[in-house]
Amino acid sequence: MTAFSLSPTPTWYLVLAAVLFTIGTVGVLVRRNPLIMFMCVELMLNAVNVTFVAISKALNDINGQTIVFFVLVVAAAEVVVGLGIVVAILRRRPGTTADDLAYLRG
Amino acid sequence: MLDLVWLIPALPLAGFLVLLVFGRRLGEPLAGWLATAMVAAAFAVTAGVFFALLGEQAEERSHVVTLFSWVPSGSLSVDLALLADPLSITMALFVTGIASLIHLFAIGYMHGDPKFPKFFLYLNLFVFSMLMLVLGNNMLVTFLGWEGVGACSYFLISFFHTRASAATAGKKAFVTNRIGDWGFMLAMFLSFQYVGSLDYARLNEAAGDLSSTTATAIALLLFVGACGKSAQLPLYVWLPDAMEGPTPVSALIHAATMVTAGVYLMTRCGPLLSASDAGTVIAIVGVATALFAATIAVAQNDIKKVLAYSTVSQLGYMFLAVGSGAYVAAIFHMVTHAFFKALMFLGSGSVIHGMHEEQDMRRMGALRKFLPVTAATFIIGWLAIAGVPPFSGFWSKDEILLYAYDKSPVLWALGLVTALLTAYYMTRQVVLVFFGEARWNEGAGHSDHSQPADQGHAEHRTPHESPWVMLLPLVVLAGLAAVGGVLNLPFSHSTEFLKSWLEPVVGEAERTLAKGTKDVKWILAGIATAAGVAGVAGGWLVYQRKKARPIEPALLADGWRYDRAIAAFMGGPGRQAFEAATWADRTIVDGAVNGTGRSVRSLGQVFRRGQTGLVRVYAAAVGLGAVALLLWFVLVRGVIG
Repeated sequence: MTAFSLSPTPTWYLVLAAVLFTIGTVGVLVRRNPLIMFMCVELMLNAVNVTFVAISKALNDINGQTIVFFVLVVAAAEVVVGLGIVVAILRRRPGTTADDLAYLRG
Repeated sequence: MLDLVWLIPALPLAGFLVLLVFGRRLGEPLAGWLATAMVAAAFAVTAGVFFALLGEQAEERSHVVTLFSWVPSGSLSVDLALLADPLSITMALFVTGIASLIHLFAIGYMHGDPKFPKFFLYLNLFVFSMLMLVLGNNMLVTFLGWEGVGACSYFLISFFHTRASAATAGKKAFVTNRIGDWGFMLAMFLSFQYVGSLDYARLNEAAGDLSSTTATAIALLLFVGACGKSAQLPLYVWLPDAMEGPTPVSALIHAATMVTAGVYLMTRCGPLLSASDAGTVIAIVGVATALFAATIAVAQNDIKKVLAYSTVSQLGYMFLAVGSGAYVAAIFHMVTHAFFKALMFLGSGSVIHGMHEEQDMRRMGALRKFLPVTAATFIIGWLAIAGVPPFSGFWSKDEILLYAYDKSPVLWALGLVTALLTAYYMTRQVVLVFFGEARWNEGAGHSDHSQPADQGHAEHRTPHESPWVMLLPLVVLAGLAAVGGVLNLPFSHSTEFLKSWLEPVVGEAERTLAKGTKDVKWILAGIATAAGVAGVAGGWLVYQRKKARPIEPALLADGWRYDRAIAAFMGGPGRQAFEAATWADRTIVDGAVNGTGRSVRSLGQVFRRGQTGLVRVYAAAVGLGAVALLLWFVLVRGVIG
């Protein structure tokens, strides 16, 4: 069973996390809809969570899973604020893209 | 009783605060009565403290009442402390006493003024500041009062601020005083540096241990401060202009109390002065000022200007006394001068009031028939300042001349000439105002008169005597001016009350007379009396009998062109120097600052391009940065693998 095995190893999860993270990153960089960008950020966060859990299991260390709870809580708080802002902007100006919101240009 | 010293300044302060809040609601005349009552109450407390001090042994008559620690900072610790000793209580007594009389007078004088409550607000604040000045236990508390009286002086000179000349005079007084304050502050710095304290007691104790140069430097810097406040050469210029203020202000601030602050300060630091070489300088400046101002007073036509220059001259006398080591005589003359000069200023106020705001003596005359009480009291003041025995001025002036003679006969001779001139110009004033023929209806005769003649309303109106609130202070002050000499009669030690009273404070510093035998004393007194009488006779002959043409050169009427010289200098070379300084400030100092700002700004112009405002660009930067960091850790630092 050297080349192929159906029992998952930590590598599988790490690869999955890397794929999710990349999708998220590319999404943030190429999409202009604020809501989609937001979802991509969530994807990146959860990719990190998968990494934490996988490594925690592999190393038999509970701390990695504890951190996931913190990430979830912070992410939830961040969603409340961020979504609030996004909804407020979109309600005032329907169809706004992230590139339109360049008021802080120097 | 002695613990109640704090009440003395607190009462006028309370009056000030009440007037500040309720002044307009109290209105006229209630605001005036309140202010007067507060100062009179302060006088009563001072009298109580005086008697409490009197009941103690002479050596124990010094009490420090510490209210709180004011500036506790490292090795510099200054308390807000009041000092009750013979000198400060003497000052407080005559300040509160004369101030209450002048407050009373002002109720009548300021009648009908729209800013009536505000006037008394300033007066009360002034009395508070003056009391802090004289009661302060250290130089900083004195300086607090010093600045307070300066500010009140400014407010009150400019009281009629809609008149341009009054506003200018206020500014002039303020700016000139700042030069003096500079000296005072430097003296405090030096005192802290070399003595480590600002307390008078510590400074005077340590005076003997200081090097002669240091002691002289501190003494001379204090004298610069005194010159500014007490209008000595070369800083006297503000006092004649200060007559733009209402007459009670001139009497209270610019004759009786504030301008004597410099003399008080010098006396307070007497031991320091006697340990230094500053005495001669002070005496010379004093006698020069006395003579200089007396010559100017001979040719003035404004009734208040004569008195103003006379005040400068008499203050010069006090500094001559201080410089000669005659501290008791300086305080004695300060007190008698306060009596007769306040009297004459209030008298001139009564005249101005009765003449419907006329101040030019050429348009007065024969007023003794119309203002009998004012005339009678004014004449007592005149005899006192002229040095006619037995009026108060004779005794104090004689004392000063005696000490001046002991220091140097030259000082004495100059002082004697001043005494003669003083008697002469005061006679001139009395004759022009109260004797001779009535001239107040000769409107056309003086077309050169620069101001519009009384704005037309006062023409052909007869002068009238003032109400009782104005006459009562005149009568009281006239009584004091007449008999004030009994404070310090030079017949024997038992009649020298002031001298034995002040002994614990100034006794060590006081000059011991080398030539002061009894004969010299009486010969000098005789000569001084002769000079005074000669001055009076001369003035009488010239102005009443018209035996000779009056000598009033334009040069003297113009005050030796001193003001013009300053104006010409400051307007010409002075202005150019300041403009050069401005140029240097703008190009070099500001240039350096602005240049730094400009270069930072242009650097910012380069960097601002990075700030596109596009979220995705920032995100890409973060991502690329993370990758770059990762690569650096892996490839360069070799953290992983």
